[in-house]
Amino acid sequence: MNPARTLFLLLIALLVLCFGLAADLAPQFQSLENSRHQSDNFFSLLLGDSSRIFANSAFVEADAYYHSGYYPTIFDNNEAFQTPHIAEDTGAVASHNQGEEESFLGPPRDWIDAFGRHFIPNRHTHLDEGGPTDDLSKSQEVREILPWLKLSAELDPENIKTYVVTAFWLRTKLDKVPQAEQVLREGLRHNPNDPQLLFELGRIYFENNHDSTRARNIWEAALRSWARQAPGVPQLERLKKIRENFDDRFMFEQLQTSLAQLEEKAGNRDAAIARWEQAKLASPNPDDIQKHIDDLK
Amino acid sequence: MNNIFAVAGIVIKELYRRKDFYVLFILTIVICLVMASVNIYNDNEIIRYIKALCLLLIWISSLVIAIITTARQIPAEREQRTLLPLLAKPLSRNQLIFGKFLGCWIACGVVLLCFYTFFGALAASREHTWPLLHYFQAAFLHWVAIGMVIALTLFGSLIFAAPSSNSTICFVAVAAILCVGRYLDAVALKLSEPLRSVFWAIYFAIPHLEWAFGMRDRIVHNWPLVGWNIVGLDALYSLAYAAVFLVAACLVFRRKAVN
Repeated sequence: MNPARTLFLLLIALLVLCFGLAADLAPQFQSLENSRHQSDNFFSLLLGDSSRIFANSAFVEADAYYHSGYYPTIFDNNEAFQTPHIAEDTGAVASHNQGEEESFLGPPRDWIDAFGRHFIPNRHTHLDEGGPTDDLSKSQEVREILPWLKLSAELDPENIKTYVVTAFWLRTKLDKVPQAEQVLREGLRHNPNDPQLLFELGRIYFENNHDSTRARNIWEAALRSWARQAPGVPQLERLKKIRENFDDRFMFEQLQTSLAQLEEKAGNRDAAIARWEQAKLASPNPDDIQKHIDDLK
Repeated sequence: MNNIFAVAGIVIKELYRRKDFYVLFILTIVICLVMASVNIYNDNEIIRYIKALCLLLIWISSLVIAIITTARQIPAEREQRTLLPLLAKPLSRNQLIFGKFLGCWIACGVVLLCFYTFFGALAASREHTWPLLHYFQAAFLHWVAIGMVIALTLFGSLIFAAPSSNSTICFVAVAAILCVGRYLDAVALKLSEPLRSVFWAIYFAIPHLEWAFGMRDRIVHNWPLVGWNIVGLDALYSLAYAAVFLVAACLVFRRKAVN
């Protein structure tokens, strides 16, 4: 056979094979791409799952700004900073902090270390308490944490803590209640029915908008959502006092306590007592709650 | 002394003829202004993240200018065959080294003045205050730290074969000191001998540039002024270190062939 003709036939065969493979594989790749392409977030597309690591770094940076730069590094003792203080101070996030937050640097190790401490932030302060100036009139300077929280939320839209913390500081210190609500609703779009986000949203309605009815509805929805998180597991089992379910118990207690306070304020004594009884199951201080129930009775 | 100033003058003229500074300065301005235009919950008073970014860019730019400018001084003279005629004039080798150092240092001082003026204006646009003494402290400590880097690079330019290798090694060394220099003693405590002694030795031997670098946090977060005696001691420490590198450079250059 003519070698040129053989080559020509081989080329046609290869083209047919390529066309056939492309026709077969294209729909499969398309469906795979659609299943992967869940987010239209720029950072998620660019960084993939690693964006979560950067999101956490941005959140920690926000906490460092909250302390005006006085913050432990990986070389320091950071037991007192396990839960960022910007989150701990909201009251909506369980604290895992232990140890001394004032002096994580410890005593100077040598003269170079002692001298070097003059050039870095060297005192524990919080921005909402005036920062390094200790001037309480400057508590609005807590706004400086917001760029990092916004970046953290952009990088990891599924991190509940970021929305809760952002909303808390916006509504309490910066008097930006509509923006706080917007942040939480954005969080709920990415994490539908999350109990922590609903709890914080309820607080906006209860504490800022003084709308008890909507607050009650939202908190009750949060409790239902909390129950749905572990279907089939009895409530008492979930509230057993073990280290692993600390955050779970904390959320339940916060929701029940808030509902109890709401019922008290509305004059519904029996409903309030029932809520306090529930809160007692998850509380680390059940005796104090019992005393309060006795007072109500 | 006149000879030293004459050499320094040439170095300063060389810097403003080159494009390095202009490019880095414009880049810093553009990046900071773009970041400042980001809308964060409709709050126009948020500034600290921009200040932090601006100071970081100023540090990076100043290090780039200092190291790149210094690293090419003596190798360029040798390549262009101007070193021999220069030394044939009534100019000693030591004067040449000190002149080159002074020129680079003053040029970097001028560069820092421009950068910190922009930084002050940027911060004032939102904070509406001019803490000039704070900025002076930060800029002054920055400048003396850059002096150490220039002396180190000048010394390196007499040891390493090419300006590129010298620049790379200086960049790596300076970056390492700025990032982990402060913690080497803490790391040493967790190690066993003989590594512990090695880390301790490095910790005490390196020039502690991170002191001046740490001032960024104090400026960004509006901490009170550092004591002037502390600033003076740091300046003394930095100048002593620069002198050590310059003397070492003079000793090496004395034995070096000029052609």
